[in-house]
Amino acid sequence: MEYNGGSVVAMVGKDCVAIACDLRLGNQALGVSSNFPKIFPITDRIYLGMSGLATDLETLRERFRFRVNMYTIKEEREIEPQTFAHLVSSTLYEHRFGPYFIEPVIAGLSKTPSGDLKPFIAAADLIGCLNFAKDFVVSGTASAKIYGLAEALWEPDLEPEDLFETISQTLMNAVDRDAFSGWGCLVHVLTKDKVITRTLKSRMD
Amino acid sequence: MNTLAEQFSTTSALSKLKKTQALLEDEEMSDAMWGSQAGFGNVAQGSPSFAVPAVPDPSAFLRLHTDDRADPNCKIKIQHGTTTLAFRYQGGVIVAVDSRATAGSYVASGTVKKVIEINPYLLGTMAGGAADCQYWETYLGMHCRLHELRNRERISVSAASKYLSNLVYSYKGMGLSMGTMICGWDKTGPAIFYVDSDGTRLKGDLFSVGSGSTFAYGVLDQGYHWDMTDEDAQELGRRSIYAAGHRDAFSGNTCNLYHVKEDGWRFIGNYDLSKLHYDGPNNVPGAGYGYDIRIAGRASALQPAVAAAA
Repeated sequence: MEYNGGSVVAMVGKDCVAIACDLRLGNQALGVSSNFPKIFPITDRIYLGMSGLATDLETLRERFRFRVNMYTIKEEREIEPQTFAHLVSSTLYEHRFGPYFIEPVIAGLSKTPSGDLKPFIAAADLIGCLNFAKDFVVSGTASAKIYGLAEALWEPDLEPEDLFETISQTLMNAVDRDAFSGWGCLVHVLTKDKVITRTLKSRMD
Repeated sequence: MNTLAEQFSTTSALSKLKKTQALLEDEEMSDAMWGSQAGFGNVAQGSPSFAVPAVPDPSAFLRLHTDDRADPNCKIKIQHGTTTLAFRYQGGVIVAVDSRATAGSYVASGTVKKVIEINPYLLGTMAGGAADCQYWETYLGMHCRLHELRNRERISVSAASKYLSNLVYSYKGMGLSMGTMICGWDKTGPAIFYVDSDGTRLKGDLFSVGSGSTFAYGVLDQGYHWDMTDEDAQELGRRSIYAAGHRDAFSGNTCNLYHVKEDGWRFIGNYDLSKLHYDGPNNVPGAGYGYDIRIAGRASALQPAVAAAA
């Protein structure tokens, strides 16, 4: 996890979810790129963040793209966040004895039977043990530091703009205390009708 | 059988340790305890002595618990990761250092003073074990003062650095970790000596020490001239530390800059590396050192996909 560095966090708000990552790509202590996003859209309302080994991140991104496309074709509908979480889990467990060095974080809005959209977040370890949390999930080299700030700053039912502020402050202050994360941040807030995407200026050391 | 023999032998390592410990216990009740000895306790009495763990091989014992390269889970993490530099030029000596202390990947502090002010004419830099550098360089300061009192003249940089290098050499193999530059001005003019815990002592015009030293050397070598002005020299020191703080994960936060001239050292300033990245040394937004700041709006390649999408 400390070979390339990087961190991801996702949080639940009131009828919205947020997911954020840092932008550093390193080679151990050497910073290589300050524009390396670790979050990718899977559908219009599912975002997947991955931290860990960068080469596995690229491989898994393509793998998930393939598997989600196959699902969409077979089922003739978009995949739901819960279903996608299990797809991620089983893909990772397929490599139980030689794993991908990736800790994924999923943020999405799932459909309820009544047709409403409900916030959904999940995270998994590198062999696919799912963790469905009601508040926030973290992964990466700064995970311990993010937990500390998230425990202090997060509260239930935050509106999109407040959730943006909370997740941004959490991530930025956490990565400033981590040697292997930082060099800029990227934040997405998923609401019912739109996705707010912002890049944050942060310390560059 | 061996252990039994050792217990009763008077020449074994174990019994020697027991003897030194008994000696230390006496020492603890010496006069030093009752009066001020510049905070140095028994050290001010003469040759310093330290409590040693009661195991057959004390340095292996220490290594077992502090070497995080061999064992990242070891309980005691010693400060590592630094960028320090010093160079000599026409106008004296420039000393610049970063201020980050890391324990593993954790940034333990961003406000460490890595320049140790030994006396008004001598500076020491800190890389490696923070405590080792701090303690021995302060101790060196004490002996430099004694030298002054005994000889009625200031100690030369050469003599001071040699005192330190001989001292750390006597502890070789015991786990001391320091890479330092002793900088100052004496009868011979400006001088820099590199001293490390292996016992190396080198005289030179330009040194950089620490995990970020390669990045600092890159900028330093490129911009260094003997005939620089004071402003250019200070700027070169600052710019080099910025470069190291930017690229090296274990260096950063702020830069401390010192200038040594004929009348002793002067503290120039403390600079936030993030401010240098965005606004530069003169605090002009958009005039920062950062690569992306310098080429913003001038390169087609620098249009972040995410920003364009939003």
